[in-house]
Amino acid sequence: MSAESPPPTEWKDRTWRPFVEGHPERAQEFLTSGGIPVEPMYSTDPASEGAGEYPFTRGIHPSMYRGRLWTMRQYAGYSSPAETNARFRYLLEKGQTGLSVAFDLPTQIGYDSDAAEAMGEVGRVGVPINTVDDLDALLAEIPIDSVSISMTINSTASILLSLLVALARRRGVPASKLRGTFQNDILKEFIARGTQRFPVEPSMRLVVDVIEYCQKEVPAFYPISISGYHIREAGSTAAQEIAFTLADGIAYMEACRDRGLDLVSVGRRLSFFFNSHNQLFEEVAKFRAARRMWARICRDRFGLDDDRACQLRFHSQTGGSTLQAMEPSNNVVRVTIQALAAVLGGTQSLHTNGWDEALSLPSEEAARLALRTQQIIASESGVADCVDPLGGAPFIENMTDSIEQEALSLIHEIDERGGMLKAIRDGYVRRAIEDSAYKSQLDQDSGKTTPIGVTRDGEIPEAPFSVDPAVEAQRKDALSTHREKRDQAEVESHLNHIEAAASGESNMIPVMVDALEAGCTLGEICTTLSRVFGEFQDHG
Amino acid sequence: MARSGPIRILLAKPGLDGHDRGIRLVLRALRDAGMEVIYTGLRTTAEQIVKAAIEEDVEAIGLSSLSGAHETHFVEVSRILKEENAEDILLFGGGIIPQQDIDSLKEAGFDHLYPPGTPLEQIVADLHQQLRPGEMENDNA
Repeated sequence: MSAESPPPTEWKDRTWRPFVEGHPERAQEFLTSGGIPVEPMYSTDPASEGAGEYPFTRGIHPSMYRGRLWTMRQYAGYSSPAETNARFRYLLEKGQTGLSVAFDLPTQIGYDSDAAEAMGEVGRVGVPINTVDDLDALLAEIPIDSVSISMTINSTASILLSLLVALARRRGVPASKLRGTFQNDILKEFIARGTQRFPVEPSMRLVVDVIEYCQKEVPAFYPISISGYHIREAGSTAAQEIAFTLADGIAYMEACRDRGLDLVSVGRRLSFFFNSHNQLFEEVAKFRAARRMWARICRDRFGLDDDRACQLRFHSQTGGSTLQAMEPSNNVVRVTIQALAAVLGGTQSLHTNGWDEALSLPSEEAARLALRTQQIIASESGVADCVDPLGGAPFIENMTDSIEQEALSLIHEIDERGGMLKAIRDGYVRRAIEDSAYKSQLDQDSGKTTPIGVTRDGEIPEAPFSVDPAVEAQRKDALSTHREKRDQAEVESHLNHIEAAASGESNMIPVMVDALEAGCTLGEICTTLSRVFGEFQDHG
Repeated sequence: MARSGPIRILLAKPGLDGHDRGIRLVLRALRDAGMEVIYTGLRTTAEQIVKAAIEEDVEAIGLSSLSGAHETHFVEVSRILKEENAEDILLFGGGIIPQQDIDSLKEAGFDHLYPPGTPLEQIVADLHQQLRPGEMENDNA
């Protein structure tokens, strides 16, 4: 920063005041419980930039949660579209402000519920969606033109986008009104999550197809959520989490540039997804470092001279791998600390895990408590009344710098190796994560980091929630009825169009929408694609 | 009749589950303990697992699942193993296995089911005890 930078008291005049004139805050004034006024932001360094100013270390918006609270977005999905719909409506009724769909593994990998590969997996970790009718049932009586919908879908994101476009047409909703996020981050599937169906190159093409189509037709959607969550769950450190995620981000930006897309428009609709673990200050520093790094990557690497395109927007979720099966009610406390870290780190939306998730999918009671945890932080703790409240503390600023330095050197290493696609292909990224996971397991085994309440012979309680196995048979029946009532010749002809489009270079979404409207299924489309693209093979 | 020499193990992920942090940690710990371990990678079918176990002449098969499909896949591996008269191969498993499912998996031959966070040395020790009961545990890893 130059010596002429205005003092921080001027941040209010320079950035905050003009912003709040157009975007009023939640209250005229914010006071502590004892009546002391709370300033929008505090600073000890007269030269430092404030919230809403590049490189956005202190937050992407000038007023942050004083203007609008983060979106409370609980991930849910299991059993059948109808049962998940009931859980969604329950969560909306309890005050949740956005939906987040968990799909079952067959849907995520591109198999219909009646495929041999789907045996035993239907409705287990999420909801099965194979047809437009399924999506219609999932979102029954939910206004898709006003409720934002986040979808954890990657390999088959292009098909879920096509299903949503087809559903919007059926309901007479203009595609431009659809709001939400597709995860659509295939690289971290290869790194850490494991639902990739096709090899890397055709997978990347589908990612960019989704981004390109959304840019033109579904502009209010975030077409990708570049995810560190699963990288951390696989055992990475905090610095590795952001380094590998931002390196994935660089690879997507490069792919969009190669497609000829306008990177300012792409940048404005990118979103990220991070994990929030137990070490409160390390996590807060991580979020701050990630924001600053991404802003600089956008400006310096990609030449973007546009604030919104350089802002790192992120969803966060508390750390599933930190939850313990022994004395599981202790997990409520872990989730609270982790949620607080995400909020103090300036997250745009948050999922808090259920305390029982080390045992099974969350029960309704645990899902409610998880949402209530966020609401208590938002309304009762006062932490939402001041922007980046830990910023300026020497510990936090130093930690932010340290994590940034470590992450920058990892990104440098990836550049040296020829970029992220190459680093993923040659196994570097997986190896680095696995080394960290092994080290942390050995630390735990040696007693250095044993979680509270966990003992060698401790008891694990019964799981409070289970999915009815009958759902698989019901799904098979429903699909066979669906297949019978279609015009088979039309289905074949649409699948042929898809095969031709996959062999060409044009965007695949329009042909997919047509095929799904004619009754083709997700599994049929993926089988067709795999004839052209080939299948991912894991060699252990 | 226990064998001698390095213990040979097959590790596998049946079904569609992609969570492989746990199984990769176990892979590493068993190798560090001097065992010969084959890992088949993600999405292996029960048939492929049993076939590989017989071809590779392993003494134990370790299966991992965190997607809730353990009943289907673990029991299927056990069934095919019997069909192939290879029941002498020891079975063990890991992942998120609800307590209420443990009895039926024990019946299918899974005496040890390890939840996430299980100390790696415990898995190594259990395998030694079952497969080389006469030997003292090697300390030369």
